[in-house]
Amino acid sequence: MQVLKRVRPIGPVLAAVVLAFGLIVAPAGAQEGPSGSNPTAQSVNEQQLLQELNKIQGRITIPDAKAATLEQPRGQDFRSFHEGALPWIGGVAVLGMLLVLALFYFIRGRIRTRSQEAGVKVVRFNALERLTHWVTATAFIVLAITGLNFVFGKRLLMPLIGPDAFSAWSQWAKYAHDFFSWAFMLGILVMAVLWVWDNLPDRYDGHWLRVGGGFFDTSNRTHPPAARFNAGQKLIFWSVIIGGIALSVSGLFMLFPFAYADVNGMQLAQTIHAVVGVLMVAVIIAHIYIGTFGMEGAYQAMGSGTVDLNWAKEHHSVWVEKQGAKTEPSQPAAPPTPAE
Amino acid sequence: MARMKFLCDADRCIECNACVTACKNEHDVPWGINRRRVVTINDGKPGERSVSMACMHCTDAPCAAVCPVNCFYTTADAVVLHSKDLCIGCGYCFYACPFGAPQYPRTSNFGSRGKMDKCTFCAGGPEADSTEVEYAKYGANRLAEGKLPLCAEMCSTKSLLAGDGEIIAAIYKERVTQRGYGSGAWGWQTAYRETITV
Repeated sequence: MQVLKRVRPIGPVLAAVVLAFGLIVAPAGAQEGPSGSNPTAQSVNEQQLLQELNKIQGRITIPDAKAATLEQPRGQDFRSFHEGALPWIGGVAVLGMLLVLALFYFIRGRIRTRSQEAGVKVVRFNALERLTHWVTATAFIVLAITGLNFVFGKRLLMPLIGPDAFSAWSQWAKYAHDFFSWAFMLGILVMAVLWVWDNLPDRYDGHWLRVGGGFFDTSNRTHPPAARFNAGQKLIFWSVIIGGIALSVSGLFMLFPFAYADVNGMQLAQTIHAVVGVLMVAVIIAHIYIGTFGMEGAYQAMGSGTVDLNWAKEHHSVWVEKQGAKTEPSQPAAPPTPAE
Repeated sequence: MARMKFLCDADRCIECNACVTACKNEHDVPWGINRRRVVTINDGKPGERSVSMACMHCTDAPCAAVCPVNCFYTTADAVVLHSKDLCIGCGYCFYACPFGAPQYPRTSNFGSRGKMDKCTFCAGGPEADSTEVEYAKYGANRLAEGKLPLCAEMCSTKSLLAGDGEIIAAIYKERVTQRGYGSGAWGWQTAYRETITV
């Protein structure tokens, strides 16, 4: 402003001369601009900004707040993890689990019930418990398949069916992933409420874990005592609850993009979601194996809700005793005392 | 074939937003989507600089790498384009993009996002050049007409340069030696793994 005030009285011709002179002089005196100050002395420097914050933020004149981030080179870290480590973590977790289960099957075979069927059925899971389990399970299977599609689809499926068909399938898979997630989140919450008490650690867990639950005794004689849930089932329960909550929270971040996080927060949410997701798939594959093919009599518990008394005695001895104690008064074991 | 690049001479940008307006008008870009934007750093402080930013058409583009349906492709001019027919609106490209270029038409609609939209370097999309269907999805295809991006052509101070990387780098170098200063080619190190040394 001071320069302008001084220039104006001189008249336009002189001003032009002064300006022209300034322009000619500028390159010679590299550090001095026409106004006598160095315009770069205080100017922001890209490399310095990136080194300080690994991100360049500014001000914009449009409503989209995330557009104010000029540069975030951390996107390249997201990319290198997403395309580098993640497919390996997922591949090793899922294929590794399948391999371990195959080995387990060849060494141990199907875990049979030792004693004959007693013919007496014991209620193990009531209707609400089974409903919750199957809603969560169905949702999880849909989420797992559509989720794995995000990582492995373009590598495995796209070369087989071509980009157009794969894109159409992936579009529906994405919608399914978004909407089935709500059933899954609800299921996890109800499941936590229903089963948390029976999954708190108890005195049988230590021994159960020490003998490996009898899984590795090929003679099938080891059946450590367990309450309603043995230590292995508790591990499944807690990994489902903790993993499920991690998936739900990180998933909610992505269902409402940029509502609770900036771009780096979104990257973190996606990374956590993907890693926990592939690990959960591996855990659930093991759960499905032992709950169906891997152990005789296990599927009935969640299928029909009842198990054979002898199966229950082998696998959940403490629980059976308690159930027996509860049901005893109703059985006509002790003759009623006749009234006078 | 040329290797197309953008270069914003931040010492010349006056934040007039003509590039933004030119882009919006040329491609009929819908509300809420900004293929190009001007960000002002240290606004109102000494040394303030404005930078016009859009898709930089990166070498080895991160968006293309993370896309789960591989909808991106690079043209012979090294322009990074994508197919809206294949895009599923997952949002990964925005997380990976160092420049915040990818835009989505339905951001608030429960994460469904819609088909991603971004700067095409005025080169359209996979459809046949300069057709109505191409215009509706990707906007004008000026490159097919032998013209360069309109944002740079409309730039009032010729701060924004668009064209063959070697030519615009030479123009910028000449400017910097002439005037004796320059705050560098913003984003080049990140996008092209190289910068302009003067």
